[in-house]
Amino acid sequence: MTAFFQSRYWSLEFILGAGLTTFIVIGVLLSRWLFPDVGAIDLMARLVPPFERPDHLLGTDPLGRDVMARIFVGGWISLKVGFLSVLGSVVVGVLMGLIAGYYRGVWDIIVMRFADVQLALPFILLAITIIAIVGGSLTNTIILLIVSQWVQYARLVRAQVLALRDREFVLAARAIGVKNRNIIMSHLLPNLMGPVVVLMTLNVANNILLESSLTFLGLGVDPTIPSWGGMLADGRTYLQNAWWVSVFPGVAILLTVLGLNLLGDWLRDTLDPTGRTQK
Amino acid sequence: MKDLSSPQVLSVEGLSVSFGKSRVIDRLSFSVGKGRTVAVVGESGSGKSVTSLSIMRLADLTGASYDAGRIVLEGEGGEFNLLDLTQDEARKIRGKDIAMIFQEPMTSLNPVYTIGEQIAEILMLHNGLSREAALAEAAKLLSLVRLPDADAMLKRYPHQLSGGMRQRVMIAIAVACRPKLLIADEPTTALDVTIQAQILDILRDLQAEMGMSIIFITHDMGVVAEIADDVVVMWKGEKVEEGPVKRIFAQPEHPYTRSLLSAVPKLGSTEGQDFPYKTPLTVLVDGQPELVGETRVQDTAQTDGAPLLSVRDMSVDFDIKKTWYGRTTHYVPAVSNATLDVYPGETISLVGESGSGKSTIARTVMQLVEPTKGRITFDGRDMAAMNLSERQKLRRDIQYIFQDPFASLNPRQTVGWSVAEPIRTHGLIDNERDTKRRVSELLERVGMPADVAERYPHQFSGGQRQRICIARALAGKPRLIIADEVLSALDVSIQAQVINLFMDLQKEEGIAFLFVSHDMAVVEKISHRVAVLYLGQIVELGSRRQVFENTAHPYTRRLLSAVPNPDPTAKREREPLSGELPSATRRAGDRPATAVYDEIAKGHFVARH
Repeated sequence: MTAFFQSRYWSLEFILGAGLTTFIVIGVLLSRWLFPDVGAIDLMARLVPPFERPDHLLGTDPLGRDVMARIFVGGWISLKVGFLSVLGSVVVGVLMGLIAGYYRGVWDIIVMRFADVQLALPFILLAITIIAIVGGSLTNTIILLIVSQWVQYARLVRAQVLALRDREFVLAARAIGVKNRNIIMSHLLPNLMGPVVVLMTLNVANNILLESSLTFLGLGVDPTIPSWGGMLADGRTYLQNAWWVSVFPGVAILLTVLGLNLLGDWLRDTLDPTGRTQK
Repeated sequence: MKDLSSPQVLSVEGLSVSFGKSRVIDRLSFSVGKGRTVAVVGESGSGKSVTSLSIMRLADLTGASYDAGRIVLEGEGGEFNLLDLTQDEARKIRGKDIAMIFQEPMTSLNPVYTIGEQIAEILMLHNGLSREAALAEAAKLLSLVRLPDADAMLKRYPHQLSGGMRQRVMIAIAVACRPKLLIADEPTTALDVTIQAQILDILRDLQAEMGMSIIFITHDMGVVAEIADDVVVMWKGEKVEEGPVKRIFAQPEHPYTRSLLSAVPKLGSTEGQDFPYKTPLTVLVDGQPELVGETRVQDTAQTDGAPLLSVRDMSVDFDIKKTWYGRTTHYVPAVSNATLDVYPGETISLVGESGSGKSTIARTVMQLVEPTKGRITFDGRDMAAMNLSERQKLRRDIQYIFQDPFASLNPRQTVGWSVAEPIRTHGLIDNERDTKRRVSELLERVGMPADVAERYPHQFSGGQRQRICIARALAGKPRLIIADEVLSALDVSIQAQVINLFMDLQKEEGIAFLFVSHDMAVVEKISHRVAVLYLGQIVELGSRRQVFENTAHPYTRRLLSAVPNPDPTAKREREPLSGELPSATRRAGDRPATAVYDEIAKGHFVARH
């Protein structure tokens, strides 16, 4: 850990990325206390433009609800969906990719044909089917996203493993007699996480938006609970005369993704001891 | 060097080149006379490649800056400084007046164009020929570099050619516009010796015919002695010595040149000796040459007892083509019917060219490849009959060191972690502190300071990494070390040090070595016994002295005659070499003929030919 505090790790990327992410996460976590009356409908203050009234700094929506309050509170659902679905997909996908790529043979065929079938199914069709069976809820939305996305990680990891497993340091470990599990954990995994981290940061944003599509179709969480994707979809009809209703949730997604991307890049560079990817 | 009868074609005057803040070439001056070959020699990092890239004006494209000096080329309208040109002007010079051949023939041709198109391209560009005329000229060029059946060759793609053929195509492209100067950057390093000898012959003939000058960049002193007229020795970005080739070899002045030459293994240097022997090395200590080490006869082999490893009638096939339901139709017999013993404390070398199966034998013994048939016994026990824990034990007793020290260490783990891996894997030491101490011991054993354990592989040079790999191999106290081309990626001075390290380890710990190499001079220096392989079969097997002094098989003779001799005064007596290795792919069921051996002297087996 001492190495952590050496100057090379304190890059601009880290400061910006960590700053943005921390701000958003803390804001979202504290939102219940910061904005206790988030759902309050005030029809007298419909569609107030931003920066006009101090109590509605980012304006209000068509029902007079404060946009800023809804952004912070709605972040809870969005971040939960974004993070948990990506974490779940990574765990399943990386494991499957490692098994398929390292053991090849039957395992490879089983995992990869399963993945092909998965990729051939349209997402919405899958969503309708699963939600129709298990019903719509936050947990089910996350499971649905994991089911549809682990394939991406599995394919990425498998390709990396195929390239890595014939590298001489893996061969050398095999020659020493290192167990397969240890080869995977200490030789393959650290060398293939770079692209996985990048894909993760991209998918967090993607999944926040997917959650809104599902909610929009009535397949996701309860539409009365605010979420960024849901607000984006709601504000769509007012875009001509009340841009702030959908633009500010969009900005929230943008900043989250930006923060995570910066952190992801920083993480990738820091984990690579050769420093090759550093500028 | 200054031969007044021949005018200069190119002169480099006080050139300094930097990448960012680090200066890689410092005040370099030399010149190239018309029709002469100047060899620029030095070890990795000495700046020799940057020199050639600077002359081509390619270095500034990759971020180099020229801090001082001039590179003067004699042109039609008098002389001009290459460094003053814009990139657009330099592009007109490149390929026309100055051409270059690169080290890696496998990657320097574009795989999606035919050979003909790639040669014609440069002729159409610089000489303004039409497509038909360019292709006709390309065919002429191909026969000039002795590629058979030039017209058919024009229509082929790079992947259909062997490495040696591709390098000849590269030469054809380079000389297409009859350049005044040809820069050859390690053009034969990636090739087998017999192919190397052919390429050197071709370059010599082309030079005589076209009257061009050559800058030949290499680390191989044998090649220098073969081809160079003048030599420039570079060390750490500076020229330390220059002169005619005979003078450099006979009376090297600079201490670095002397240490370089003393490290070069010479074929025939152990003539008349029954055993290999360790020789002292000239190394630079604070810039002064010092003789390190002793002369010692390496009589460590215990041939009177039972062999440590014995391989009987072993064959390994690789399937190449299968039908859709999985039946093999074509295969390569990578090794056929190999029989071989390794005794404790003995070094036995497997030599041969690429594709001869020498690495496959090594990998099969290491259980990285399954033999198709045959029996391997280690310490009297049959490997095929071993249970899991015995096999695991075997992975301690036999250790493998790989060719490429850059690829065989995990870049994400510290050096100490890698060295400790066999200890952890086999549970040799159960606590962290003792493991650390053992790792330090091992690192010191191979001549590395113990505090490097915390660092990562990319912070070390190739030679240092190879030492780290050797330390890792020693961690399990092995009885047999398989060294697969471990020296070929190293500079000669480092090579010599590693050879001496191997000999010391063998003397002190009685380790047997299975040494896989294509370098005959190194093999002669280190081996007790030698097995020569050709297309997967052992063609000659005997003691080092028998194989090198009473060479019996024509293929062994051919290999030996192709080795460049690092002595410019020696007469070149070589059987004219031509041809390529035949393809080894066979149809299923078509077995290669089993070799029959004659024992022409005790322990000296030769395949009937």
